Amino acid sequence: MAVLESVSRLKAAAAITCVSLSAISITTLTSTQALAWEPTKSVEFIVPAGTGGGADQMARMIQGIIQKNNLMKQPVVVINKSGGAGAEGFLDVSGSNRNPHKIIITLSNLFTTPLATGVPFSWKDMTPVAMLALDNFILWVNAEQPYKTPKDLVDAAKSGGANSSKMGGTGSKQEDQIITAAIEQATGATFTYIPYKGGGDVAAQLVGNHITASVNNPIEAVAQWRAGALRPLCVFDAQRIDLKEPIANNMSWNDVPTCKESGLDVEYTMLRGIFTSPGVNADQIKYYVELFQKVRETPDWKDFMAKGAFNTTFMTGDEYKAWLAKTETTHKGLMEKAGFLAK
Amino acid sequence: MKQRKSDEDAVTTHHTMEIAVALMFAALAVVVMIDSNRVGNGWASDGPEAGYFPFYVGLIMFISSAAILIANLVSRTPNRSTFVERGQFVLVMKVLIPTIVFVGLIWLIGIYFAAAIFIAFFMYWLGKYPIQKILPVAILIPLALFVMFEIWFLVPLPKGPVEAMLGY
Amino acid sequence: MNLMHGFGVLADPMNIVYMFVGITLGVLIGVLPGLGGANGVAILLPLTFSMSPTSAIIMLSCIYWGALFGGAITSVLFNIPGEPWSVATTFDGHPMAQQGRAGEALTAAFTSSFLGAFVAIVLITFLAPVIARFALQFGPAEFFAVQLLTFCSFVGMGKEQPFKVLTAMMLGFALAAVGLDSVTGQLRMTFGSMELLRGFDFLIAVIGLFGIGEILLTMEEGLAFKGKSAKINAAVVLQTWKQLPKYWATAIRGSIVGCWMGITPGGATPASFMSYGLAKRFSRNGHKFGTGEMEGVVAPETAAHAAGTSALLPMLTLGIPGSPTAAVLLGGLLIWGLQPGPLLFIEQKEFVWGLIASMYLGNVVGLIVVLTTVPLFASILRIPFSIIAPVIIVICAVGAYTVHNAFLDIAVMLVFGVLGYIFKKLSYPLAPLVLALVLGDMAESSFRQAMLLSQGDLSIFWSNPLVGTIVTLALAMLFWPVISLAIGRLWPRSGSKAAVSLK
Repeated sequence: MAVLESVSRLKAAAAITCVSLSAISITTLTSTQALAWEPTKSVEFIVPAGTGGGADQMARMIQGIIQKNNLMKQPVVVINKSGGAGAEGFLDVSGSNRNPHKIIITLSNLFTTPLATGVPFSWKDMTPVAMLALDNFILWVNAEQPYKTPKDLVDAAKSGGANSSKMGGTGSKQEDQIITAAIEQATGATFTYIPYKGGGDVAAQLVGNHITASVNNPIEAVAQWRAGALRPLCVFDAQRIDLKEPIANNMSWNDVPTCKESGLDVEYTMLRGIFTSPGVNADQIKYYVELFQKVRETPDWKDFMAKGAFNTTFMTGDEYKAWLAKTETTHKGLMEKAGFLAK
Repeated sequence: MKQRKSDEDAVTTHHTMEIAVALMFAALAVVVMIDSNRVGNGWASDGPEAGYFPFYVGLIMFISSAAILIANLVSRTPNRSTFVERGQFVLVMKVLIPTIVFVGLIWLIGIYFAAAIFIAFFMYWLGKYPIQKILPVAILIPLALFVMFEIWFLVPLPKGPVEAMLGY
Repeated sequence: MNLMHGFGVLADPMNIVYMFVGITLGVLIGVLPGLGGANGVAILLPLTFSMSPTSAIIMLSCIYWGALFGGAITSVLFNIPGEPWSVATTFDGHPMAQQGRAGEALTAAFTSSFLGAFVAIVLITFLAPVIARFALQFGPAEFFAVQLLTFCSFVGMGKEQPFKVLTAMMLGFALAAVGLDSVTGQLRMTFGSMELLRGFDFLIAVIGLFGIGEILLTMEEGLAFKGKSAKINAAVVLQTWKQLPKYWATAIRGSIVGCWMGITPGGATPASFMSYGLAKRFSRNGHKFGTGEMEGVVAPETAAHAAGTSALLPMLTLGIPGSPTAAVLLGGLLIWGLQPGPLLFIEQKEFVWGLIASMYLGNVVGLIVVLTTVPLFASILRIPFSIIAPVIIVICAVGAYTVHNAFLDIAVMLVFGVLGYIFKKLSYPLAPLVLALVLGDMAESSFRQAMLLSQGDLSIFWSNPLVGTIVTLALAMLFWPVISLAIGRLWPRSGSKAAVSLK
């Protein structure tokens, strides 16, 4: 009866918060003593992507962890605003000034959507809270194909002529296509990029031999790797993934070389970060930073990070802002060269 | 609008309505075609461009709505029967106008109070129910929605100043 | 053997409780338009984190079954499809309710839903690995072929003026194109408006066109639902069951169409339209469809439920979600530490067979739950219009809002409502508009993906036997009236025999 229980728990919590809320407002009225800020109503957690995608999964995972471990007195409410490649969600947050009850999880569309569609927003219009993790990308091919290294694939693409090699990816002018363009720029080979709806579709299309290669996230393709249908060639991070547990054929994530060490000089990771509304105060930012630190310490989160072979870098404050500025410039450069900027 | 005597009660005729709707579609089709032209309506080396299908969709829509328009304009026996009688029109407006007000109220005071007012008004004005029958329905339905969406499912619906005061 | 083990997992009384809770919540979610299966499952997903994976998936999949059943309820009663896949159920279900046969329509809908699901579960139980391999053969060209087939089996059969059919259909396609173009990432027809970024959602259009439009039409005829005089008693279930065996051919066809569309994965909504279209074309009573034929309820419901259920198969065996709800469940599986894919059936036997066993039991439980509510729901029609109408409008507004959490969608719904009223009066058909809206986007992107693969060469649609067969079948469907005429002329006798055997 967990549902009914939690429902009644929620009801009880709602009743208690109504009481405690009035208590709090009385205390704040009577004393000017500084109290650490806490959410006073439910927190909206915006996902600038559809239900079922990677960002949505992570947001609902966080919602579940917060609820299960009672990390916050108020409920977290996940809301999907996926319109215009996520622009709708970002505009919602950047447009709600000084609303600390609104946070958003990002994917690369934080950088790519304004550049590709011309919808005016930037990460600077919101308040950066924390980088939770970086999502890895891996170059995959079908295990039946002869390619063993990135070089094999690139050589085949070069010698096969135009349209011989097809790269499948999620969405258009977003992370997957940018990586594809970066590979083309680094090697001079050409790939025909086919945009699909979701990462799972792409992996299945690769298993079915409809495309030559993909740059799926680890979690989207790992099941097919274990089943012997796909082969990872290299990971687009600066260092190898730090997970040594064997996955398939006695290979672990750690045995997958970086693209750079196997001669393909392309680096790319995707931000899984948290932002809140513009104009919130330092206390409020501090509350969320501490909240997400607590989330990161739970075994559920650690388990989730390992399953998805994430890069678990955590950043806040100025370090995070510097990283954002640098990454924005990288995206702009890559997209400009590839001709992806909105006219 | 000139109408024959027998149609005195008519707000408008089928004939007029057909022409108006066909004109609306034709205008919409032009808008679709112009925008498709902007994003490119050709067949590039790697297949159709973003505006290829919408352009032809617009074109077909234009042609078919023009056909409807012409058929109605040149017809010797136009369908001058009543599209909607005045009495019917008043009835439809009796639902439509409160609904438009209701949607406006959602924007102002949130969906829960707007729903309570809307249901109460509708029952009072059209149903002529006594107040003791109106109140339970008008209060319980929004309350049930509130419990279901805000508390159980954690799906926020539009809320206004009153809910904000209560801490939602 | 494995299945027995699965039923063993279900012996845990808590799992049975979760099942009932799931079904009930699911029916509720299905009844509320807008709050669909995918949203419903996503919303309740975090609640299940403290359960074991098997219990969690049992409850979530039961929510899904409940939503599949529940979608039909408002379609029949108020002409408002609770879920996208119950749009086709309104075509004959609502006329039945207007004739005072709401109880029959609901019973037929629920029973045929159950039947479709049952066929799909049997398929999953015995043929999962074989079918998984078949699904892998589907690339963009094959997807487009299936979408074309759906379209062709549905169009070209109305009595309306051809130009009006064409205009309505094109309006659907044009609305589907608004927003971000998924292939080039360009914005189409948004005219700089941020509100248009999300495009026009199928559900919002449908809630307006069917639901609000219906209320306006009802109002015009003077403040009463026609089904008011309906006689309601529990025996209606048994009486309806006596009639249902007549439609065995339609039910089987619907189940096959549904399983095929769920696995490939075409989705439950196109499946329901395709099944309705085929039934209308090949049934003896086809010409009466749309006037309250029970067969017109059986056809879409069997297909929708079969598709919804079999959509879980590619999810479990390949990790491809066959429907939006399956995509959310897939996310759930990953969160619980299960990796859907070819090895799931080997490594997680208890989980997989527990799930399959719960599909059998969950659907039986679901059928019992919804059938007991038939008299209850049918009696809603006895509530006076001036009470029920504002409540329906409120629920429509809630539904339109929850689809994208956008206020403007409520206003858009209202505009579609007025449009629905005018369309009905000028006899512009709504079905082609709705079908174009639901299929337009998908078909365009599969077509253009296929064109990217072949670099603009149309022969990709005949490049292998699978895609060639489907495309040819689709074209045959499109020109069926001409073909059947020709057959009738050339071989009058054998032609009529062939028609009989098709029933």
